[in-house]
Amino acid sequence: MDILLYLIPIAIGLGLIGLLAFLWTLKSGQYDDLDGAPHRILYDDEEDD
Amino acid sequence: MTCKHCGSASNGADFCCDGCAAAHAAAKEIGAIGATNIYAALARPIEEGAFQLELIVEGMHCAACVRLIENALVANDDIMSARVNMTTERLTFSWRGTPERGDALAEQVIKLGYKLHDPGDSATDDHNQNTERRLLKAIAIAGFAAANLMLLSVGLWSSTGETMGFATRDFFHWISALIALPTVAYSGQPFFQSAYAVLKERHTNMDVPISLAVILASLMSVSEAARGGEYVYFDSAVMLLFFLLIGRYLDARAKGKARESASRLLSKLAGSAAVITDGGINRIPIKELKAGMRLLVTAGENIPADGTIQKGETDIDLSLISGETMPNHAGVGAATLAGTLNLTAPIEVVVTKASEQSLLSEIVHMMETAEQGAAKYVRLADRAASLYTPVVHILSAATFVGWLLWGMPWQASLLNAVTVLIITCPCALGLAVPVVQVLASGKLLKNGILLKSGDALERIAGVDCVVFDKTGTLTVGKPALEGGSYSPDDLKIAASLAHRSQHPLSVALAQSYEGELIDLGVSEVPGRGLTTNLNGKIIKLGSRRWCGQQGGKGEQSSALELWLSVDGVPHAHFCFADALRPDAAQMMSALQAKNIDVHLLSGDRQSVASRIAEDLGIHMVAAETSPLEKCDYINRLKQEGKTVLMVGDGLNDAPALAAANVSMSPSSAVDITQNTADIVFQGEKLMPVLDTMLLAKRSNSLVRQNFALAIGYNIFAIPLAVFGFVTPMIAAAAMSGSSLVVILNAFRLRMKQV
Repeated sequence: MDILLYLIPIAIGLGLIGLLAFLWTLKSGQYDDLDGAPHRILYDDEEDD
Repeated sequence: MTCKHCGSASNGADFCCDGCAAAHAAAKEIGAIGATNIYAALARPIEEGAFQLELIVEGMHCAACVRLIENALVANDDIMSARVNMTTERLTFSWRGTPERGDALAEQVIKLGYKLHDPGDSATDDHNQNTERRLLKAIAIAGFAAANLMLLSVGLWSSTGETMGFATRDFFHWISALIALPTVAYSGQPFFQSAYAVLKERHTNMDVPISLAVILASLMSVSEAARGGEYVYFDSAVMLLFFLLIGRYLDARAKGKARESASRLLSKLAGSAAVITDGGINRIPIKELKAGMRLLVTAGENIPADGTIQKGETDIDLSLISGETMPNHAGVGAATLAGTLNLTAPIEVVVTKASEQSLLSEIVHMMETAEQGAAKYVRLADRAASLYTPVVHILSAATFVGWLLWGMPWQASLLNAVTVLIITCPCALGLAVPVVQVLASGKLLKNGILLKSGDALERIAGVDCVVFDKTGTLTVGKPALEGGSYSPDDLKIAASLAHRSQHPLSVALAQSYEGELIDLGVSEVPGRGLTTNLNGKIIKLGSRRWCGQQGGKGEQSSALELWLSVDGVPHAHFCFADALRPDAAQMMSALQAKNIDVHLLSGDRQSVASRIAEDLGIHMVAAETSPLEKCDYINRLKQEGKTVLMVGDGLNDAPALAAANVSMSPSSAVDITQNTADIVFQGEKLMPVLDTMLLAKRSNSLVRQNFALAIGYNIFAIPLAVFGFVTPMIAAAAMSGSSLVVILNAFRLRMKQV
């Protein structure tokens, strides 16, 4: 049963990565403008040089 | 060909959409008067020497508008960032320098043809968004924890202490506790706070048994883990939170959008007006206008206050107030209303009422009063909860006391009582309403119907009386050619002239003609008509008097006609009428077949209203009603015990919409009215009104079925829990099972056609 000592932390760790990724997307405002986002990708970024 | 305004493809026309055309025209007008504004005062310092402004943008139609605004601002060297949020229609930009620079920057956007408003008190909006965000975070954490706890629990369920070893079992229990306790502490907060708040008021709601169950289950499980017991209920507690949070989140989303209306409404009144003083023209905030001030209103500008015209002659678009699209001709001495649009020429207006007393403000005030009266509706879910919670608490307490008296040790008795709480906990009940609502609103959205308030569907299902406004609701709100005296050649010439003009009658005339147009050099005389030279003859298309026809003013068609004259001699005339929506008659008979009362409530003249009512077979008609009378009419119907649906589009309908049990408006309605209505529908047709009512009935019956399922499940599960047969596995299976059944049942809404 020693394998549990590896498997459980790995399982939880993977879940945690997903959770943190989601919280990051939430915090960086990626869900704030769900109407605008699908339109924005249609435009090229005009790099100001 | 690209759009002159936003630069997107426009199929050969000058502009890609009407919005851009209007915006372009407005941009010219506004640019000409060089408005100085008062945005600088709203600028917020964000860091040393940098400021930020957040404004509501009015008049955005396409993604190109977003691009245009952002690019225009970013082109300035001192701009740090500029971003438009299309969902909330907010522009946020920041710059380095002085706060005053904000005015100049805002002006660049105004010159592009958009209106900017002070977002006013944004605290409520922020609050809503924060609640939604916090719920999402809580869901994410609860979901993560629930998945990991399940992983461990499946291991626990599939073997016993003897086979897996007691140390391993305890190890699993403690890891579960490690995951579950922080989750409960964080994700449970929305429920704990709400439960605490109502308990302080000595009331109870659904959150009280939820909080109790979650906390007791967690504490119980810790003590079981500590004494090496057989079962822990961490997974149940967290799963409970997970399911309930989903329901809570869907609910918050459905409600959230509806709340924005009030703040937008008032932002309409913010802005500035050009006041003529001895020293020239000053711009002051509309709020500070006093009776007696003289204002300059340029063409294309909203008239900021109620007053009388002192100089100039123009056409005024009253559509904001009455929904009437035909401009009204107004000369010296005519009264003006705040919020109406000055179309053709600059005028000087003397203010007669300060802005707080203007008709617009009064309507806003009436709506607020009406809304407070209408807010007493108790949602189905809340009614269910008020019945449910006492039963659950009593059952749970009875279980504890019962087992104690039976001679069981208190821990085991408490464990049984807690399982009663867990198993009865309203997962299915909490999901029953929101899932159906979200699915129903998604389905409606596909058909161009937008639900604006979360419980609108529930309220519309019980409607037994529908009140329609006339102009713009039963009718299209646009004039269409309907008879007159003219030959096909006359029509050809008239249409060739008319297609050069944006006047509503010209547009209608041009649309009614199909065929080749003659290429003419047309000039437009504002307020009168169009003129051209054809084969050496002067041809005029315009008002009766301008074309030389004297006297004999038509009884009702004086505004809705165009005359064509050749060398000053009237030659032909065209009559226009506001056409009914194509399916209006069909809709009325469908409603009446369902035994729903139909009323017509119009601000228009009696003769016009009665004719429309007769055409459609509506028996109850009230014409020449003011906004207040409309509101009273609705209230009288409500007092008679009717559940009233009001459908209207004008600002004069807004108080009535707010007073009705539930309200709808077409998307062609003015902003304020759309914001007031619970439901907004798109397109030329009126059928969405009936479709929504039918779908609402279906979704309501699904909600009831879901409640029945949830209650049925409880009748089965509670005895098991009371007598102590429920292990954590049964609790988990029952909880997911009942939630799934409810969700699947809700999905039946998708399968049937409306």
